[in-house]
Amino acid sequence: MADPIISFQDYGFQYMAQAAPTLHHINLDIYPGEKVLIAGTSGSGKSTIGSCINGLIPFAYPGKKTGTLLVGGKEPDKSSIFELSHTVGTVLQDTDGQFIGLTVGEDIAFAPENNCVPQDEMKELVNRVAKLVDIDHHLEYAPHELSGGQKQRVSLAGVMVEDVKALLFDEPLANLDPAAGRATIELIDMVHERTGAAIIIIEHRLEDVLWRSMDRIVLMDEGRIIADMPVAALLSGRALIEHGIREPLYLTALRYAGVEISEKMHPEHVEKLLLAEEDKEKVRNWYQAQKSQVSRREAGEELLRVEHLDFGYTAGQRTLQDVSFAVHKGEMVSIVGRNGAGKSTLAKLICGFETPLSGTILMENRDLSGDTIKERAASIGYVMQNPNQMISKPMIWDEVEMALVQSGMPKEERKERVEETLRVCGLYPFRNWPVSALSFGQKKRVTIASILVQRPRMIILDEPTAGQDYRHYTEIMDFLKGLNEQGYTILMITHDMHLMLEYTPRAIVFSEGRMLADTTAAHVLNDPDLVRAANLKETSLYTLSMACGIDEPQTFTECFIGYEQKEVR
Amino acid sequence: MARIAILSYIKRDSFVHGLTGRTKLVFFLAWSVASMVTYDTRVLVCMLLFSIAIFRASRIRVRDISFVLGLAAVFLFMNNLFVYLFSPEYGVGLYQSRTLLFTIAGPYTVTLQQLFYHLNMTMKVVCVVPIALLFIACTDPSEFASSLASIGVSYRIGYSVSLALRYIPDIQREYHNISQAQQARGIDLSGKDKLLTRMKNSVAILLPLVLSSLNRIETVSNAMELRGFGRNRKRTWYNLRRMQRSDWIVAILAVVILAVDLLVTFWDGSRYYNPFL
Amino acid sequence: MKKLSVKTVVAIGIGAALFFVLGKISIPTPVPNTYISLQYAIEAVFATLFGPVAGLLIGLIGHTLVDATSYGPWWSWIIASACVGLVIGLITMKLDISEGIDTKKIVTFNVAQIIAHLLAWGLIAPVLDIVIYSEPIEKLFAQGLMAGVANIITTGVVGTLLLVAYAETVVKRGSLKKEED
Repeated sequence: MADPIISFQDYGFQYMAQAAPTLHHINLDIYPGEKVLIAGTSGSGKSTIGSCINGLIPFAYPGKKTGTLLVGGKEPDKSSIFELSHTVGTVLQDTDGQFIGLTVGEDIAFAPENNCVPQDEMKELVNRVAKLVDIDHHLEYAPHELSGGQKQRVSLAGVMVEDVKALLFDEPLANLDPAAGRATIELIDMVHERTGAAIIIIEHRLEDVLWRSMDRIVLMDEGRIIADMPVAALLSGRALIEHGIREPLYLTALRYAGVEISEKMHPEHVEKLLLAEEDKEKVRNWYQAQKSQVSRREAGEELLRVEHLDFGYTAGQRTLQDVSFAVHKGEMVSIVGRNGAGKSTLAKLICGFETPLSGTILMENRDLSGDTIKERAASIGYVMQNPNQMISKPMIWDEVEMALVQSGMPKEERKERVEETLRVCGLYPFRNWPVSALSFGQKKRVTIASILVQRPRMIILDEPTAGQDYRHYTEIMDFLKGLNEQGYTILMITHDMHLMLEYTPRAIVFSEGRMLADTTAAHVLNDPDLVRAANLKETSLYTLSMACGIDEPQTFTECFIGYEQKEVR
Repeated sequence: MARIAILSYIKRDSFVHGLTGRTKLVFFLAWSVASMVTYDTRVLVCMLLFSIAIFRASRIRVRDISFVLGLAAVFLFMNNLFVYLFSPEYGVGLYQSRTLLFTIAGPYTVTLQQLFYHLNMTMKVVCVVPIALLFIACTDPSEFASSLASIGVSYRIGYSVSLALRYIPDIQREYHNISQAQQARGIDLSGKDKLLTRMKNSVAILLPLVLSSLNRIETVSNAMELRGFGRNRKRTWYNLRRMQRSDWIVAILAVVILAVDLLVTFWDGSRYYNPFL
Repeated sequence: MKKLSVKTVVAIGIGAALFFVLGKISIPTPVPNTYISLQYAIEAVFATLFGPVAGLLIGLIGHTLVDATSYGPWWSWIIASACVGLVIGLITMKLDISEGIDTKKIVTFNVAQIIAHLLAWGLIAPVLDIVIYSEPIEKLFAQGLMAGVANIITTGVVGTLLLVAYAETVVKRGSLKKEED
């Protein structure tokens, strides 16, 4: 076998600013042309491994290392980021941060520009690489004219110009809708085939990455490598679940049905799954037992009604067209659709941030059109995607209290209200902490608390779990579910299919500014036409139920969700 | 999103668009210096006529930039007004003669010299406006960084300019989103609160903006390091256009204009053209 | 001159973009035709965090972009804006805000910004205006004084609050305890 491109030997690392090491005794070899997935929760050290490989450690993030690491046969600390970038190309998670140039062409050319490649040669190179990732018709485009998936292509092209031996992807799926995520995985696979470069993907969204085959999974937790084995072997065991990573849904369903997962079944991909007749029988039996128990919750009275809403940011263009729906008290509803389908715009219209061209928005049968943003906020709360964009006070208490202070409420009353809200949100023990000491999930709670303190009857959340691993995702969503059970009506904008399926009985689907459907979440993902039109992705449960000869995939999905909520939590 | 009207690149096919960014930058700088130096009415009139001619050649229409011209007009009017309010007979001192036309009230007289001074000062500003606007409207922002580098500015600083242009739309969107979400919590900068309250409130929008900008700085600088920025003393440019014959002609013209401007202005030992003596 | 680090290059670019965005937003004050210039608060904070060269270039690039996209550049004030960043950056060079903030640092920051604004709007801008545009001295100093005082107040209030909040945000975690009741 050839020498590894990347080789960690009993490697450990401690960031300068931290009290304890982040990585312990890492032994990992990555060989030319391999495809490796590094999985782990946030804080497991998987991103730190990435930074070691591309040289950000030690050059941008200094610290103390133990053991040895060789990248392309050299020790990074004796080399430079620049030299390492000829061996390993990195695609960062934040495509807007990675997109440095003013246009696609310039951005792809960024590295050759720095290498002083003559202009003629550079243009040829850019064209060639752009063609490879199928972005060559957009060379003149500015970043804000591109979709998330297209930006990812540009990022990839921008590192591929270097003719690297390994490509490192740091959470490539974090900001993409399901279909774009799938396309990205296909693209990475294609690049692998054509260039033969080793592929290293750091991700916690396992099922999505495994859409195309990977050679190995390296599972990390608390700075250590827990497992380093072929995909099928890891999926057969329970290590993933034990270390906070969600296994593919179809495997979970099989386990619920009492099926033993083994390597021989080819568990790595739902389409390749080999199920024995007796296993299929088990699934069918489980399905029949669960089916009778599916129940629907009664809807309360109507809270919000949207009628024939039209809106466009510029004259002649329509971001939303003829949107009508109603939300009832105590509901938890998902609004889904591809990026740019008009979901966030809808939220802005409801909150009064923008004014509709025509149509009405009614809250408990009262027309809101005359109300200001602040007046609407008394009944509808809006929580932004990124808590860091909302938090404007260093201390938790001040942050939650802010809206009340602004409204001129007396101090005593404020104190009572803030305390109550902090208790509801499980933040009371932290009330005197600075926000900076909290985890992402806790910060999210602070922003939700800062909205709940105004006692709205309904809250709208924009992508509440974007970029979160399973552990944080569950933490945030269980919290929201708890609020919902306490009577809060919740509207969520999301492109996370799991979230929609597991937590919201109802989903409203958008595409190109129009409402395509208003139905149950399980129905959305089992309707192939709807899935395609809204850039979603059918669940693997659909494929599994078909494979087992159950021709009611929608009910099967509902059974699965019902079982999870009842038995597992 | 309520977009603020901002002048930006307007893609057209014209002689001015066809010149390289480097040429336009040189011309713009020379022109700015020339207009700042001179107070000679004859030179200013020539410059004004010439700038209007270039504007015509650019195929940019007046209505493309009417909002900018409006702003410039307001700015000029206010400036003239303040000058007059503070110093109604400033021109008399400058031109060392006094031709009283009439008196408004008290010290506020109207003299021919003062009017002539206002005319000159206004022309000085006005003759730069078309050139400055054209520089922005006819230069592809992608050429800014390479143009600056090609006239000797460090490419690092050139790239800072490019990064500013790259992230202005993102930061604008972010500011807008943050301020909307904060309005829902009662933070309103356009309201009728006291000045100090309004300033304190602005922190509620600025702090998230600053913190996220600091994060952005970290990400972007990592991304740039990973792709080799700053490694070499020089770098090449994807978007640098080669100088054509017309470019050389215009660049030389810019230098000639500046030279003639200096010559005519200081020929008689004074910056000012004085018709009253 | 020492080479600018990549981080400084990016800080200049992002800082100038912030300067531009805030420079385009006019927040009215009770005094007609005067606005709160939040961009100087940001410039001051960035100059303190990233140093004098960053401060200078943020003011220079940011203000040039603001002017060039609205009514053509008014160079004397652009240069004054650049000086604000330079002077604040020079005086606060030894302050490490990420280590925490105390009264002494707040005072230094404010002394720096007051000197910078007085120098920029009380001296540099008017003198350049006299040299270039030959405007009456009384008008220029009145104008400069108004702008200077307004900017000193804005930077003093907004800039200080931002700096303190920033320092508290990067604070070390060690001594925090949960309080149950």
